[in-house]
Amino acid sequence: MTAPTYDLGKLHGGLRLPGHKAASTAEPIRDVPIPDQLVLPITQHVGDPSQPIVGIGERVLKGQLLADAEGALGAPVHASSSGKVVAIEPWPVAHRLGDTAPCIVIECDGEDRPVESVDSAEHFETLSPGALLSRILQGGIVGLGGAAFPTAQKLMQARTGKPEFLILNGVECEPYISCDDMLMRERAAEIVGGAEILMHALQISICYLVVESDKSEALRRLGEVLAELQDDRIVLKQVPTIYPSGGEDQLVQLVTNREVPSGGLPSDVGCLVQNVGTAASVYDWITNDEPLISRITTVTGDGVNNPMNVRARIGTTVADVVEFTGGYAEHAEHLIIGGPLCGKSMSTDRVPLVKSTNSILAVLKSSFQGRELPCIRCGDCAAVCPVRLLPQELFWHACADNETRLRDFGLTDCIECGCCDLVCPSHIPLTANFRIAKGRIRELADEKARAERARRRFEARNERNEQERDEREVELARQKESAKRAGPAAIAAILKRKQQDQEED
Amino acid sequence: MITAVLTIAVIALLAGLALSLASRLLPANNGDLVETVNDLLPQTQCAQCGYPGCRPYAQAVVEAGAAINLCPPGGQETVERLARLLGKEGLPLAESVLPSVAVIDENACIGCVHCRNACPVDAIVGASQLMHTVIESECTGCELCVAPCPVDCISMRPLT
Repeated sequence: MTAPTYDLGKLHGGLRLPGHKAASTAEPIRDVPIPDQLVLPITQHVGDPSQPIVGIGERVLKGQLLADAEGALGAPVHASSSGKVVAIEPWPVAHRLGDTAPCIVIECDGEDRPVESVDSAEHFETLSPGALLSRILQGGIVGLGGAAFPTAQKLMQARTGKPEFLILNGVECEPYISCDDMLMRERAAEIVGGAEILMHALQISICYLVVESDKSEALRRLGEVLAELQDDRIVLKQVPTIYPSGGEDQLVQLVTNREVPSGGLPSDVGCLVQNVGTAASVYDWITNDEPLISRITTVTGDGVNNPMNVRARIGTTVADVVEFTGGYAEHAEHLIIGGPLCGKSMSTDRVPLVKSTNSILAVLKSSFQGRELPCIRCGDCAAVCPVRLLPQELFWHACADNETRLRDFGLTDCIECGCCDLVCPSHIPLTANFRIAKGRIRELADEKARAERARRRFEARNERNEQERDEREVELARQKESAKRAGPAAIAAILKRKQQDQEED
Repeated sequence: MITAVLTIAVIALLAGLALSLASRLLPANNGDLVETVNDLLPQTQCAQCGYPGCRPYAQAVVEAGAAINLCPPGGQETVERLARLLGKEGLPLAESVLPSVAVIDENACIGCVHCRNACPVDAIVGASQLMHTVIESECTGCELCVAPCPVDCISMRPLT
């Protein structure tokens, strides 16, 4: 068995938070049955919207392509079960921005007939890395850790930087969420299989499989699988249980002691980070021809009767999922999609479960502890910031809407982990302020780029007009000159011809 | 005591003279300032300020002391930024407009190219006698194409 190595914390700040994970990990993962209706947002990833290729009334099969990837940053969407497309319309969703998004609604027939697989799954090692990447693109696989960045594009982007390490993220540091933990316990072999595929696709020879130290059962299962496999390219690593050690840049720093530069990506320091769930989905798609049509999600919190992890089809509504687990507790007040720190509060449970939904959290009382008070400049927020920012300074500048200072103080590097909110004795919602300020900075940058383009076009037009005027003047001068040179005789001849023409008329 | 006071007074007088001479005789470096002001303007080139474009307006603000609240597309925000930069009092905007784009009713268009020639940022395409259209992503909403149209087929659609 591969001995897990312990990395001492090289992370700045962070918090040791109560996990609240025991309740949802007591039982094995259960499958949510096929719902009556599936609601599939056509865009479930970060990037360009996908284009629906099915019509209303059309019958679709499980695994059939519904919306194709468009643009440089696209990811296709597949049908999670067989049935009939009944509508393509806006539906409430739990996206970061916006409350509704266009969705394909399927009425399931309950037969779950799969689409016939096109290529007889070849072994991945016979495929070239390039072919493997385009195959991964077709599977509609996106990062399952929560960010939902299209996996194929992330791999392609990383390939240009010749990465040395593949880091599989099994840290799952946010409280309450335990879907990756359960995945590692129950599907360790698939995760390792996915790691091998990813390593082949990028020609990487070192993979670190990183798990938080409090997940002993997952560590044991992964250790067993690795011992059986005898593949010494994959190394199991343990990191201390500190939030947010599972952030991409934080994990890179913990494992390799390299710091991802400001505004940069892990590939700038030779790393590629993938969530363990993503690796398992890649395995399912490449070896079993099953696109990303279901995922494991945690249903938890004191607002549900039976906390547990379930495997649900993408597109099942949150209401259906919670009902399957046993419904809400009597006084449940607050519904959050995602974790308590990075998640989004919802006002409805009609929203569908999407590729990035790692948790459904229902709590009895809203987590806001108190009234917002003025900042007392205690500096606790700076002490816990994993990116070493100064949240109190950023807060001033965000209030003053001073985008230059915000940029100088590194707002764009904020990972929105929420540590500063938790420690703030004045209960200032810092992260919420930063999110708004970030949007504002993006808006201003867009505006600036637009103005710059308009200016260039205006100047180019003026230049062209001037050039045309000069050319006209030169032409006019040339004509005058030639008339002068031809002499009075030629002019008289022309005038005479004109007179004759007039007389004929 | 008297000597000290006199010395300081004389030095102050000389320095004052030198400064006032310098400000009168040496040419002011306004080029950079014009560029900075121009950068703050929205580059719609709409001429609603009364100057033939954003850069001429910037020049007028810096060199001729034109008012800083004449730019409707820039909004109150631009006025405030200009005020901060130039150390002037922030005035309320002379008139305000909503961001919008021009839309050509393509069925009514007769292909006269007047609007195409009026567009300051080449955001209208079309040849003589053929239908014209607006490239929405490049349109700055300056409304300069609306007046020249002989069949009134151009309207402004507010951006949501």
